[in-house]
Amino acid sequence: MANDPIKQFQIKELAGPVNIGGLEISFTNSALFMAVAVGIVTIFLLVAAGRGALVPGRVQGVGEVWYEFIHNMVKNVLGPEGKPFFPLVFSLFSFVLAANMLGMFPYFFTVTSQVVVTASLAIFVVGLVIVVGIAKHGLGWFKLFVPHGVPVVILPFISLIEIISFLSRPVSLGLRLFGNMLAGHIVLKVFAGFVVSLAGYGAVGVVGAIAPLFMAIALTALEFLVSFLQAFVFAILTCVYLNDALHTHH
Amino acid sequence: METEAAKMIGAGIACIGMGGAGIGVGHIFGNYLAGALRNPSAAPAQFTNALIGAALAEGLGIFSLVIALLLLFT
Repeated sequence: MANDPIKQFQIKELAGPVNIGGLEISFTNSALFMAVAVGIVTIFLLVAAGRGALVPGRVQGVGEVWYEFIHNMVKNVLGPEGKPFFPLVFSLFSFVLAANMLGMFPYFFTVTSQVVVTASLAIFVVGLVIVVGIAKHGLGWFKLFVPHGVPVVILPFISLIEIISFLSRPVSLGLRLFGNMLAGHIVLKVFAGFVVSLAGYGAVGVVGAIAPLFMAIALTALEFLVSFLQAFVFAILTCVYLNDALHTHH
Repeated sequence: METEAAKMIGAGIACIGMGGAGIGVGHIFGNYLAGALRNPSAAPAQFTNALIGAALAEGLGIFSLVIALLLLFT
């Protein structure tokens, strides 16, 4: 296929293959864009918070809205106990948002369309939930899987379902972000491919190519919305899952 | 039947599941809007919950997309 919609997700080595004990740790385009995403967020927030003016300018205003948005979210979902987790949620949100938005530029690599990246983030979050839950409540945390007020007869089944639903969280959290970004970018590429192949059929084809072109523009706008929404959903689901670790009353 | 053809048919069937996710997301936002029109003052506080529900419903549809992609590319 001339316009292969999958090719954009290919990982390329930028600096020759580096192997340590059979483990490949080459610097790839994925690693480059992860570094760029972190760099952009860090530099932007340093600039935004640098002056610390009483009346914020434009850049500082964006930084403050960004901070307050996540701060309110953590405060509403987790309450005052959630304060130590604010930096984590803020970093996760910022990283995912920056990676998603960087991916929207043509020829740029979308880090979050790699399942290994999103799965690592998701497993880290759910692992943290287990660690924090046990550290805070001891073994009593496992009461999360035994809901109150359920008849003893069906309790084993309910517990089993609760355990399965807990274990499916890292899978769904990681796959949701991965699937959304992957599907969105494939759809964009497919519609862009329609434009190119239709335009190859002479004058009639060029007129016909206007329809998929407008579709591609509309989809680009939708993808920007999805980029933000998925970063937000990832952050708020992190908060909701952490809530299970902090407050066990079920 | 050739394996390749069976894989493509399977991928197509797996994508039907995404229609279910579409119904689910539509239900959530439709009901949110219905509730918001009845009591607009309570709506902003519940928008986050609507988004969480939509994300959870959408995630299940994404599973079927992943199955389709696995069938196509492995």
